[in-house]
Amino acid sequence: MKEEIIIAGFGGQGVLSMGKILAYSGLMDNKEVTWFPAYGPEQRGGTANVTVILSDEKISSPVLDAYDIVIALNQQSLDKFAPKVKPGGILIYDTNGIHKPPTRTDITIYPIDAISATMEFGNPKAYNMVVMGALIKAMPYELQQEHVELGLAKSLPERYHHMIPMNINAIKKGRSLVNPEN
Amino acid sequence: MKGEVKLMKGNEAVALAAIRYGCDGYFGYPITPQSEVLETLQAEMPWETTGMVVLQAESEVAAINMVYGGAATGKAVMTSSSSPGISLKQEGISYIAAAQLPALILNVMRGGPGLGTIQPSQADYFQATKGGGHGDYHLIVLAPSSVQEMVDFVTLGFDLSFKYLTPTMILADGIVGQMMEKVVLPEQRPRRTDEEVKAQCPWAATGRTGLRKRNVVTSLEMDPARMEVNNHRLQAVYREIEKNEPRWEEKDVDNADYLIVSFGSVARICEKAKEIAEEKGIKVGIFRPITLWPYPIDALEKAAKDKKGVLVVELNAGQMIEDVRLSVHDSLPVKHFGRLGGIIPSPTEIVQALEQKLINPEK
Repeated sequence: MKEEIIIAGFGGQGVLSMGKILAYSGLMDNKEVTWFPAYGPEQRGGTANVTVILSDEKISSPVLDAYDIVIALNQQSLDKFAPKVKPGGILIYDTNGIHKPPTRTDITIYPIDAISATMEFGNPKAYNMVVMGALIKAMPYELQQEHVELGLAKSLPERYHHMIPMNINAIKKGRSLVNPEN
Repeated sequence: MKGEVKLMKGNEAVALAAIRYGCDGYFGYPITPQSEVLETLQAEMPWETTGMVVLQAESEVAAINMVYGGAATGKAVMTSSSSPGISLKQEGISYIAAAQLPALILNVMRGGPGLGTIQPSQADYFQATKGGGHGDYHLIVLAPSSVQEMVDFVTLGFDLSFKYLTPTMILADGIVGQMMEKVVLPEQRPRRTDEEVKAQCPWAATGRTGLRKRNVVTSLEMDPARMEVNNHRLQAVYREIEKNEPRWEEKDVDNADYLIVSFGSVARICEKAKEIAEEKGIKVGIFRPITLWPYPIDALEKAAKDKKGVLVVELNAGQMIEDVRLSVHDSLPVKHFGRLGGIIPSPTEIVQALEQKLINPEK
């Protein structure tokens, strides 16, 4: 298996940490992993993206121009990365603030209302884990729940470990936003 | 901790590898994209475990001169910086090379010239491999393409540096510094004791005792005849390094029509480009120099034999291509593709460059 994923959105949405938790979850599942951020003078409100690759085999390029899965959390990211989903691939996007939805028909598209779901969930900090839940549900490669939990424990500093159950519940909430059967 | 697989950035990995090596001292000054080296060392507080000194100097110039001083006492010492900071260190590096001292220097390159950008670049190739500071000297230059190699080259770099008494540079870039990958760290080695340093480094300024002759560590020599002798001694070491230490990696070179030559993390982007090219029926081999000095001249000449052309891919305007052309004696077309100023090429761009520059060149 190999999943080439990019997560893109605003700085402050938790894009990089979501990528880190995803990478750690893959590591716990004994995969080869690469996490490469488009690093820059990023700040809240600017754009941020991270490429995460999970693979059974040694990973070559951390820099890609086509992805199995694109997660776009704002219009800018959607415009930039929707054309870069491989045919047959998956596009997940947050519908909030989107005025120009994607039109491709050769890929599977999951529009999710992650902001409303996060508000329902009751903790705005959990936004990225709600999105992570949607990704886990949509991703053809099945990431085991226990590996995600281990990934959370590995990537979060110990002082935040009391928040792991909250994050796990947020992931559960996110899973409910995606229904691959439809 | 032994053999434990961890996920970390290249910069963090260098810091942990230095502690595990038994490094005696790190002297640095923060600059993006390598500040995590100093940050990680400060967070790990190795002065409480191995006794390693970690010091944020007042400037890059101060840091490299602390390295000079530490190295003169036979200690395993290092510094790290990024392009503009490495330029500031050049005077000290030249002195360390002239005084024939071991030291490890990490350059996580960013886009230049000048203060430039903070994004990845490979534009310091000339500076690293052709001198950098003044005078006839070389550094051993290692180019890591993965986080694991960032770890491995700390050990290799120190070992080579002590073997030949010449400073070694790890020439990395922002990609390998900032990305996270799986790594296995080496086991903790104890720092050398004072007795071991005295035994292994008889040249070191360790404090004169008994009847031992005074050890003077200097790069200054007033007599040009003696200075020429010093230079010949250095050159003899460089010839020895050129003979023994070239390192490289090849992928599918034998059956290829075209050869891509690339170093560091960019070589991995080229691997993806190779996959894309193969889907189009283009047979590509990859040659990745691991030591940029000494350059693997003979191996590259052999790898390029009977190929239709060579594409050199670098994050600069064409620097390593000069060594490639010298290696293959211009016996076949050698073209360059580079992105500048912190821009990273995509695998598809590299395939397009291969097609446009070598396969279907414009008349």
